[in-house]
Amino acid sequence: MRPWERFKKSYLLYSFKRDPIAIISFGVLAVLAIISLLAPLIAPYNTYDTATYDIMDAETPPSWMEGGNEMFLLGTDIQGRDLLSTMIYGLRVSFLIGVGAVVFQALVGILVGMLSGYLGGKLDAFLMRLADIQFSIPYLIVAIFTAAIFKLAFGVGRYEELAVPLLIIIIGMSEWPKYARTVRASVLGEKNKEYVEAARVIGFNRRQIMFRHVLPNTMTPVLVISTIQVAGAVMSEAALSFLGLGMPITKPSLGSLIRAGFEYIFSGSWWITFFPGVLLVIFILVILLLGDWLRDVLNPKLYKG
Amino acid sequence: MFAFIVRRIIQAILVMLVIGLVGFVIQHQIGDPVRDLVGERVTPAEREVIRDRLGLNDPFYVQYVRFVKNAVKGDLGLSFFYKKPALEVIAAKAPATIELVIVTAIIVILISIPAGIYSAINPRSLFSRFVMAISTIGVAIPVFLTAIALIYLFAVELNWLPSYGRGETVNLWGWQSGFFTWDGLTHLILPSVSLSTIMLPLFIRLVRAEMMEVLETDYIKFAWAKGLHRQRVWYIHAFKNTLLPVITVFGVELGILFAFTILTETVFQWQGMGFMFLEAVERSDTSLLVAYLVVVGVIFVVVNTTVDIIYGFVNPMVRIAGTK
Repeated sequence: MRPWERFKKSYLLYSFKRDPIAIISFGVLAVLAIISLLAPLIAPYNTYDTATYDIMDAETPPSWMEGGNEMFLLGTDIQGRDLLSTMIYGLRVSFLIGVGAVVFQALVGILVGMLSGYLGGKLDAFLMRLADIQFSIPYLIVAIFTAAIFKLAFGVGRYEELAVPLLIIIIGMSEWPKYARTVRASVLGEKNKEYVEAARVIGFNRRQIMFRHVLPNTMTPVLVISTIQVAGAVMSEAALSFLGLGMPITKPSLGSLIRAGFEYIFSGSWWITFFPGVLLVIFILVILLLGDWLRDVLNPKLYKG
Repeated sequence: MFAFIVRRIIQAILVMLVIGLVGFVIQHQIGDPVRDLVGERVTPAEREVIRDRLGLNDPFYVQYVRFVKNAVKGDLGLSFFYKKPALEVIAAKAPATIELVIVTAIIVILISIPAGIYSAINPRSLFSRFVMAISTIGVAIPVFLTAIALIYLFAVELNWLPSYGRGETVNLWGWQSGFFTWDGLTHLILPSVSLSTIMLPLFIRLVRAEMMEVLETDYIKFAWAKGLHRQRVWYIHAFKNTLLPVITVFGVELGILFAFTILTETVFQWQGMGFMFLEAVERSDTSLLVAYLVVVGVIFVVVNTTVDIIYGFVNPMVRIAGTK
């Protein structure tokens, strides 16, 4: 059977069609993904280009309110940028960092988990101790500390310039133990199965067995946690940016937009905080709901409560 | 059991040494102890003399051992900004954070246990469904957004509650407390409510899940068969066994609460340890930053080790699983 045919008959698709929450979340997430992918085409203004906005437009309310301007549908932020465009670009940054951080932590975690599970021995004990230690400290604390240290080490200007790759590394480093443990657990379950023994008898070397035979069979749990991890990474990024340890206001993510807007909430400019906040919550919520659904479908045994 | 405790304590000490190493490296690679001491206006030659006198030209491990020795004695260096020992600065800020965490913990307990039990007993009621839906959405709302929403509603629009700072405090033997003035208490409401929204969804679900599991067990069925009163079965027999896992999780989550105080303290300009930490980052006050790292490390290690040891007493499987 071709992959597409197989997918059409799979249990995954069957249960997807019967779950309205999954369909809605997937639909919303897909729309958000397309918007952030095509941001330069969709956004009314290019907010990265300083020539397109004017400080005189700052704090214009949404267009339907008194004093609103039809040019700016959701109003403008404190620098006079069109809020809708800024949010679209912000969503793009949040998306990029969220997915990037999860890919990074998955690569590190899978490598560590695979080595530690398959090779065992002293290496296993050492790596898992390391994971234990980091696991006992909340990931947000690790991320905040790492970001603070990077900021001091690089200097503010350089840090803001390199913010996207640095945040991917910071958030990735704070969450790898989860992957390492998950992968190690399933490698331990796989490594004594017959197909691995057969591969060993044929004379494949350890690297081939680990990454071409065992690895594909450990992917289900990795997939299950990945979706939820993206939501976590997006939240971490928003928190770091809100604390001023993340994206600078010149290239804002949703978190740094909220930070900037918060300072003006007392003067009544609620929209600068409100719209990015709502977008952030919707974004996280649909990922979480989709992750919950995926976990229930792929691993019914895990479900509790 | 004794061996288990010893092993956990050795592990805790190792973790602290690693955290100390990280702190030490930060202090000496990024920070500049000479600047912390004398400021910027000193000639390079004089600087070199001071470096020598402070032992900053000694080999790495000698300095590390000295750092650890000082740290054990409670000396974590001078804060560049405050011109005071870093630990003193932290101690002055700690009451604010501790009071915030205490009030939050009380709110979490008072809400999550009744709500969890109710929705376990009546899983199909409207209230239970509402609670479960809210707790699903609640997980997706970052704490700083909750805090901002609360400020906007209760401080900006309704003008009922103060939005920042600690208000009036009373000095009790060096402990600046906001518990004893009306002003201090009203200032506590918004920060602690928003901090508690991090834990509430998790705890309501936890209490509910544990309670539902207990209600399925044989001894509860036996209690029903004996004809005991409903109230007695629910609140005396089932509730007791629900509490054990809840207490364990609570111990661990208390540490996480400390982490999230950084966010709430920023929103509410709450003069606690988290706010101080971010100020230290802005001011490049490396010594204070390292001291905070070590203090938070100690809090986590002590909490985790204690929870593990208590758990070892309660559940023998834990201490056997650890042995090879």
